[in-house]
Amino acid sequence: MKHFGGQVLFLDRSDINTDEIIPAKYLNENSREALKPNLLEDLKLPGFDLKKDIEGKGAILTRANFGCGSSREHAPWALEANGINIVIGESFARIFRQNMYNCGMIAAELPKSVIDEIFREFGTVGASLSLDMEKGILSFVNGGKGKNIPFMLQGFEKALVEAGGWVEFAAARY
Amino acid sequence: MGKTLAEKIFEAHVTDKPFGDTWVLKLDRVFCHEITTPIAINDLVSKKMDKVFDPGKIKAVIDHVTPAKDSKTAEQGKILRDWARRHKIKDFFDIGRNGVCHAIFPEKGFVRPGFTVIMGDSHTCTHGAFGAFAAGVGTTDLEVGILKGVCAFRKPETFKVNLTGKLKKGVYAKDIILAVIGRIGVAGATDKVMEFRGPAAEALTMEGRLTICNMAVEAGATSGVCMPDMVTVDYLWPFVGPDGDKTYAAKEAALADFSKWRSDDDAVYAGSVDIDCSSLDPLATVDYKPDQIRTIRQLKGTKIDQVYIGSCTNGRIEDLREAAAIVRGKKIADTVRGIVSPATTEVYNQALREGLVQIFMDAGFCVTNATCGACLGMSNGVLAEGEVCASTTNRNFFGRMGKGGMVHLMSPASAAAAAIAGVITVL
Repeated sequence: MKHFGGQVLFLDRSDINTDEIIPAKYLNENSREALKPNLLEDLKLPGFDLKKDIEGKGAILTRANFGCGSSREHAPWALEANGINIVIGESFARIFRQNMYNCGMIAAELPKSVIDEIFREFGTVGASLSLDMEKGILSFVNGGKGKNIPFMLQGFEKALVEAGGWVEFAAARY
Repeated sequence: MGKTLAEKIFEAHVTDKPFGDTWVLKLDRVFCHEITTPIAINDLVSKKMDKVFDPGKIKAVIDHVTPAKDSKTAEQGKILRDWARRHKIKDFFDIGRNGVCHAIFPEKGFVRPGFTVIMGDSHTCTHGAFGAFAAGVGTTDLEVGILKGVCAFRKPETFKVNLTGKLKKGVYAKDIILAVIGRIGVAGATDKVMEFRGPAAEALTMEGRLTICNMAVEAGATSGVCMPDMVTVDYLWPFVGPDGDKTYAAKEAALADFSKWRSDDDAVYAGSVDIDCSSLDPLATVDYKPDQIRTIRQLKGTKIDQVYIGSCTNGRIEDLREAAAIVRGKKIADTVRGIVSPATTEVYNQALREGLVQIFMDAGFCVTNATCGACLGMSNGVLAEGEVCASTTNRNFFGRMGKGGMVHLMSPASAAAAAIAGVITVL
């Protein structure tokens, strides 16, 4: 089973849209890897440094309605090309969320109060997270500090992640 | 207990419920364009699954970048073109016959009440104007749609938008949808079907309904939807009547059949909002989210560098007529670049026949071919850093029409008035 997690990129803003995640001018690319340098290129977030902040990250923690806007699956692909396969937020736009699971990636929703707490306690450089799929636990670690949060994938989303995506699931079933 | 239109469509199309709340629906239409489809095609080819579930239900167009602007977009067009030919997809629209996807597919009569439709484009919700469930999806959903003719959704809840009153002069469908999004916010209808009801919805033309359904996704909705009625029948009659596929001998029969697809009076909704359309003034967006709404009056005097009239929201003939009525006999300001993109080749032709193209050109507008063009900054009409555009499109995200640009969304009439004045102005 694929490992989900890594160093966390904290994006403390709601409504981060797909144009910010990967601008439309790169939609002429026919390879996923080509999107790598342009992830979050137009993100409007004070203090965010494209050149420094994405390098080495494996996960994103953000606020509400992440991925609103376009249907472009280039958004999850650009994340994956940078080694990020899990995004945790208060809520997601429907198409982005489905695209993540369709690619065998995870868009995990946690209550606002929990997200607030993680930002407060871990929202600094150096924090990392990992998901234990079997036990259903999301673990946040920073230095000597740690926190476990229950998160269990269920139903269709679990099946998609286990199958490796929707094409694999559908090809076998329909 | 009654059912919503979306529930009726889901129940009529469900083919599998693998996990309770997941409904796998049979698709009546899979629409494709050259931006999100080629990767799906390449993936199917690489997996030795280069098949289509039904070439008659798949419709394709090259619309985002047309004519191709560079080798990469040329390659995207080529992949789609070759694939359409290989699989005998009869309804494939290339340059000279093409148009913006959500304008050309309705124009060809491809969507009917009760249909399920997907496309790799978020504004696919537009087609719900016919009483269909039409959803934008990513490339993987599109790929499975092409191969198997199915797509998975959570059972959608329905959000009711009750539109009452009568629009004042100078206020249009675009102002209604901006008011709705401003009221409920960019995530106000996430994962829901946004159902437009009430006398002001019924009073809209099919073009107005396409405009309001188009922007349902800007409030997070999966689909926008209007109830089929005589307006729907009249629009589709050339395709379903005696001169079309002869499904119906008389309009009354079509109306009776289409009317199966409407929400029951006692249907249960997940939320609702009431908008009194008589109280609406012309509106526009500010900042970089489509729910940041001001009246045109509040923005009066805001300097603009470009006006864009076009797109899947407002590039139809009715939109061009409204804009041309403002522009007729006037010149656009020296400081403004005016761009009109008729949404389809047919709209362009109609605009030529009616003299609208001449009106725009006499006023100093550039009239382009049918394309998505400036809307998403992928093709012609990109803004420079710090430039401002009054636009009839549907998104004002940061960088949308070019890095560092600002887009104010508004109706074609308000955009035309801004072009003449050089600033946002009251009609």
